[in-house]
Amino acid sequence: MPSATLLGQALISGVLAGGMYGLLGLGLSLSWGLLRLVNLSHFALAFLAAYLTYELGTNYHVAPWWSAAMVVPAMFAIGLLQHWLFDKFRVNELASLLITFSFAIILEVAIQLYWTADYRRFETHYSTLSIKAGPFYIPVLELVLCTVAGVLAWGTWLWLRRTYVGKALRAAAEDADIAAAYGVDHKKLAYLLSGLGAAYAGVAGTFIALIATLAPAQIWTWLGVVFAVVIIGRLGNPLGALFAGFLIGASESLAMAVFSPAWAPVVSFSVLIAILLWNPEWA
Amino acid sequence: MQHRTGVWRRRRVLTGLAGAGFAMAVGAPAIVRAVPSGKPVRVGGTLSLTGFLAQTAVIHKIAAEMMVEDINSRNGFLGRPVEYVLLDDQSKPDVARSLYEKLITVDKVDLIQGPYATAPILAAMGVAQRYGKVMIQSSMGIPKLQTYDMAFPATPFGPEPDKTYPNVLLDMMASFPTPPKTIVVLTSKFPSAQFMAQGMREQSEKRGVKVLLYLEYESGNRDFGAIAARVKEANADFLWVGSLGLESNQLLESLRKLDYTPKNHFHLYPAPGPLALSPDGDKALCSTFLEPDEPFMSRPGMKKFAAQYTERATKANLPYTIIDAQACGMISEWQILEAGVNGAKSLDDKAIAAWLKKNPVDTVYGTVRFDGPFNHGTALQLVKQVQNKAWKVVWPKEFAAPGVKLIAS
Repeated sequence: MPSATLLGQALISGVLAGGMYGLLGLGLSLSWGLLRLVNLSHFALAFLAAYLTYELGTNYHVAPWWSAAMVVPAMFAIGLLQHWLFDKFRVNELASLLITFSFAIILEVAIQLYWTADYRRFETHYSTLSIKAGPFYIPVLELVLCTVAGVLAWGTWLWLRRTYVGKALRAAAEDADIAAAYGVDHKKLAYLLSGLGAAYAGVAGTFIALIATLAPAQIWTWLGVVFAVVIIGRLGNPLGALFAGFLIGASESLAMAVFSPAWAPVVSFSVLIAILLWNPEWA
Repeated sequence: MQHRTGVWRRRRVLTGLAGAGFAMAVGAPAIVRAVPSGKPVRVGGTLSLTGFLAQTAVIHKIAAEMMVEDINSRNGFLGRPVEYVLLDDQSKPDVARSLYEKLITVDKVDLIQGPYATAPILAAMGVAQRYGKVMIQSSMGIPKLQTYDMAFPATPFGPEPDKTYPNVLLDMMASFPTPPKTIVVLTSKFPSAQFMAQGMREQSEKRGVKVLLYLEYESGNRDFGAIAARVKEANADFLWVGSLGLESNQLLESLRKLDYTPKNHFHLYPAPGPLALSPDGDKALCSTFLEPDEPFMSRPGMKKFAAQYTERATKANLPYTIIDAQACGMISEWQILEAGVNGAKSLDDKAIAAWLKKNPVDTVYGTVRFDGPFNHGTALQLVKQVQNKAWKVVWPKEFAAPGVKLIAS
C-alpha cells in the first residue's frame, strides 16, 4: 500500500501537470466552443512558441518572460492570419479538422528544418527548483504555470460573462444570425477570439520550453489528453478546461502511484468516458 | 522525399582517367588508385527522418552518407560507384514496409540496408524475405525476432542480450566498494527496452540483488512526478532505467525536484548528449558498444570517421556532435555490406549472405561474426559513464580508456 507521503506527492505532481493540460486546453476550448473550429494546429503553435523561447533564451540569452512578451503577440498575429484564411475559404467545423491538421504538419516540418529533429532543452538554473512543504515538494515552475493558467482561465471566464464583447461572442456561438440581428459583428469578434486562442498557445509554449524537452514530433504528445480535457470541461468554458486539466492530471498521477505508470493513459480516457456516461450538470 | 548521394560523376572519372594516363606517361609506378566507374550499384533503405524516431535517424543518415563517400573514394562495390537511395519511413512500420516494397520492385535497387528501430526493421524484414534480399540492420534490440536467415546484425548485441547484458551490469555492480543489494527496475514499454528490463529483473533476482520495485511506463510518458516519488520511496542501492531519448533526463529532473539523487543509476538507450551535459547526468551509467577513446580509436578508420562525423553533425546543426554507438551502428552496416560484396565478389544476395555466414568482418565494433543463433555472434555490449560531462567506457575494465575508472557511490 503506498504511503500517505507518496499519495500526497503524486497528487501534487498530478495537479501541477494538469495545469499544463488546462493551459493548452484553454485556447482549443475557446476556438472549438465559440468559433466552431477544431484547431489542431493549436499544439503546433504552442511548440513553435516553445522553440522561439528556446532560441531566444539559448542563443540570445533572453529571459523567458521577455521572450513571452515577444512571442505571445506574434502568436496573436498568427491567430489573426489563420482566421483570415478560415474566413476567406469559409471553413466549417469538420473541414477545420483537416485544414488545421495540415497546418500543424507544415509547422512540424518547418520546425524540423530549422531546429533539426534532435532534442532541444532550454536549461535554466530554476528549472528544478522546489518549495518544501512538510514532507512534500512543490516544483516552482509548475506552480507558476498553474497560477498563470488559473489567472488566464479566470480572466477569460469573467471576460466572457461580464463584458459586452464576451456576451456577444457567446451569443454568436449560440446563434450567429440572431446575434447579428442585435448588432453583434460576429466576424470581427471571431478574429479577436482566434488571436486570443493562439496567444494562449504562445503562453503554453513558453512554459513548454521551460519544463519539457523539445522535439518536432512531440507536438502531438498532449493531443489526446487535451482533447479529453476540453470535452470534460465543456467546449468554450475556460474554467471548465482548467479544472478538467487538474482532474485528469491528478487521476493519472494517482494511478501511477497506486497501480502502474502504464495505467496513466487509460485513466484519462476512462475518466472522459465515465463523465460522458454520467453526464453531470457541469459537464 | 528521396535523397541520393554518391552518384557517379563523369567528370570525376574522366579526371581519374586523365590522371592515370598522365602518371603512366611520366613513368610513375603502375599502381594507381581505382576509381569506381560504370552503372551505379543502387542501395536502397529507409530511415525515420520524420516522426518520433527522427532524433536518431539524423545520426544514421550522416553516418550512411559518410560511408557511401568513403566506399566510393576507394573502389565502390566491385569497381562500380555506390548510390544510396534513402526514403523517409516517418517512424512508421507500415510506411517502412511499403517503401521497401517500392525500393525493390519500382526503384529496382540492387541491394538494401535496414531501417532504424525494431518495429520498422521487422516490417522491412518481411519484405526482404519475400524478395530474397540480404538485409543488414544495426538497431534491432530483440535479436530472437530476427528469424530471417539472410538478415544480419551490424551491432554486437549477441543472441540473448536480455541474459548476457544484465550479467555484465551485475558483474560491474559486484565490483563496487559496497555492492548494491537492492534495485529498482523502471522501464518504458518500448519493446526493446521492456525486453531488456525483464531480463534485468530476472538476472538480478538470480544473483541475489533484491528487486524492490519493477515499473513500466508508456513510451512517450509526459509526467515523471509520480514515478519519481515511487523511486524515491523505494530508495534502492541501484536504479536501472529502460529509457529512450529524453526520458532519463525527465526522470532525473523529477527526482531532483523531490530533492533525491539516486545512489547509482543506469540508463539503457538515452539521448547521449542531453544526459551527458545535464547537471543530473553526472556519474550516470549507460549501455554502449564503443566511445571515441582508446582502445576503440585505434580500430581501422575510426579516427577519420570520428572527425568526419563531428564536422558533418556540426554542419547539420546537431547539438551533440560527438560520434557514438548509434552512428557507428550505421558505419558497421556499410562495412559489413562492403565486406559481403567484396567477399562474395558478387551483388547476388544469396552469395553475399552465404559469405557473411562463413566469414568474420572487421568493423568499428571490432570483429563481428554471424555464426550464432539468429545470425548473431559474440555479445560486445559495454558500460559507459558520464565523467566530467563526457561519456567514458568504464566496464569491462579492459575496454576502459587509459586512466578512466568506474565511479560508484
